[in-house]
Amino acid sequence: MATGEKKPIPLEFEQPLAVLAQQIEALEVQLNDNPELEGDLERMQEQYRSLKRSLYTNLRPIDHLAIARHQQRPYTRDYLGHWDPNWIEMHGDRKGMDDAAMVCGLVQMDDLQVIVIGTQKGRAIKEKQQCNFGMPQPEGYRKALRLIKHAEKFGLPIVTLIDTPGAYPGLSAEEHNQAQAIAENLFELSAVTVPVVAAVTGEGGSGGALAIGVANRIIMLEHSVYSVISPEGCASILWRSNDKVSDACQAMKMTAREILNLGVIDEVVEEPLGGAHHDYAGAAANLKQALVKHLKELEDLGQKQGRDAIRRDRQNKFRLFGAHG
Amino acid sequence: MDLKEWFANRKNRKENKEVAKQPMPDEEYCALWTQCFQCREYLYTRDLRQNQLVCPKCHYHFRCGALDRIEYTADAGSFKEIDAEMQSSDPLNFIDTEAYPRRQEEASRKSGLKEAVITGVCTIGGNPCAIGCMDFGHFGGSMGSVVGEKVTRITEYAKQNHLPLIIVSSSGGARMQEGILSLMQLAKTSSALKDFSEAGGLYISLLSEPTFGGVTASFAMLGDVIIAEPGARIGFAGRRVIEQTIRQKLPSDFQTAEYLLKHGQVDMVVDRGQLKDRLASLIAFHARARTRSRAQAV
Ligand SMILES: [Zn+2]
Repeated sequence: MATGEKKPIPLEFEQPLAVLAQQIEALEVQLNDNPELEGDLERMQEQYRSLKRSLYTNLRPIDHLAIARHQQRPYTRDYLGHWDPNWIEMHGDRKGMDDAAMVCGLVQMDDLQVIVIGTQKGRAIKEKQQCNFGMPQPEGYRKALRLIKHAEKFGLPIVTLIDTPGAYPGLSAEEHNQAQAIAENLFELSAVTVPVVAAVTGEGGSGGALAIGVANRIIMLEHSVYSVISPEGCASILWRSNDKVSDACQAMKMTAREILNLGVIDEVVEEPLGGAHHDYAGAAANLKQALVKHLKELEDLGQKQGRDAIRRDRQNKFRLFGAHG
Repeated sequence: MDLKEWFANRKNRKENKEVAKQPMPDEEYCALWTQCFQCREYLYTRDLRQNQLVCPKCHYHFRCGALDRIEYTADAGSFKEIDAEMQSSDPLNFIDTEAYPRRQEEASRKSGLKEAVITGVCTIGGNPCAIGCMDFGHFGGSMGSVVGEKVTRITEYAKQNHLPLIIVSSSGGARMQEGILSLMQLAKTSSALKDFSEAGGLYISLLSEPTFGGVTASFAMLGDVIIAEPGARIGFAGRRVIEQTIRQKLPSDFQTAEYLLKHGQVDMVVDRGQLKDRLASLIAFHARARTRSRAQAV
């Protein structure tokens, strides 16, 4: 059974809802012997529904962050499994390492052949360690670059799935030039002539996320976040305090809707109520629908105006961020 | 008066009211002297500046601001600034313990600059080029929208005018107060450099004390030639963050220019005193090659 079909573990802000659900369950058990409780049960169920609605329509930025980081949140491999059970994984940077934090594959999405490049956090402890908790090393970015070049050569559109706390801050990561690996991806990805669509599915952690995020269209799942630095890092530098994470979340405007309002992304993709971890299949279907729509629009652009128009479209998009005069 | 004498005088002044009548106030006098961070020697500031902010005793390279850099690097009087008036807005209405516009004012008051990079054109050893110099003294050299825009514009200018491009980096990374828009500057500058590169432009990146985060992970690492200054600290993640993550002590020379050279990340480490000549040679060498290949094509 996939984790998504397991009972979702409630987050701290969902506690009132979880308590109410428990009470309803207890009442249901008693109902057989005490039919007069029927009215109470209905009232509580109505209360549950209205609490659920109000809870999820009034989420604070830090609540979105908690959902984005939920341990049961679907990861790249979960989406790939739902989209194309026969997807073919491509391994390694051809220079000495295969970084498990970066997953690359050949994927059939509806009638499109696509290269998918995504970060992978890992679920069980051992897998988490192998995936380095979703923090790629330079070798991971170079593996992604290899597949970007493969896509360009064969005219395959690229989909990237972003869910990473950031690039790994480690000794060998620095020795192997993490900064250069990221910079080179920005440099090369800006110039490919195939459509690129990036989706932030969980955490978009700074340069380590952007390294696979230079896309014609950027979309975000409803509860995902994207920021220039982790809110913990921001709080400790600007507030010099670890209790100001919520303030940092708020100040940085890192939720999907806020970033849409800033004009940086193109679409917010709705998640199943409560978050993608409540319904993997539903989340995967929503995300695929949005991705395929954007890919087809870009394919159309390429057919009408040539492949170079796709590159220009992407470069113009980024050229306008923070433009002056 | 040498330094010992001055300290002796100051001591006397406290004890002796007559000496205290000296007209020069303490801070002003202290500004005349700079203590070397490395050898702890007291240096006469005027001499230090004449030596391009390099300690004459131990060769320590002091951090160099944008205006000083231009003075030491460009031919005298050749620099013309572009986009001098560009200033940041406050797209997020960002407030931490203070509002972002207030922090900007404070940064400008301290640095005397409008933003953390100065861009323009100049000649170096007679070779015309486009140049951008970052200044760590302004907002930690952080890259927000304006730094990204100015770097992008000077890159576009260099492409249009067929000039070699030199960017001197000195930065703590992306500017948090402009959030995701700061992050997007990494992509914007890299994309402009890709166009410049495909047009055959020569880009020389100089990494100076310190260069970190989003600046390293974008234009600083994209040079056709990458030069680092002696002792400069250069990296992606900060030393403290790495130590906390891997829970081990890092080598003492970790993330220095010399360490990067050893690990194949930069082409060369060049003393500040030799920098101008080296830049001129690099530009002239590539220009000669281009003239020759053009002549052959005809
Ligand atoms: Zn010294």
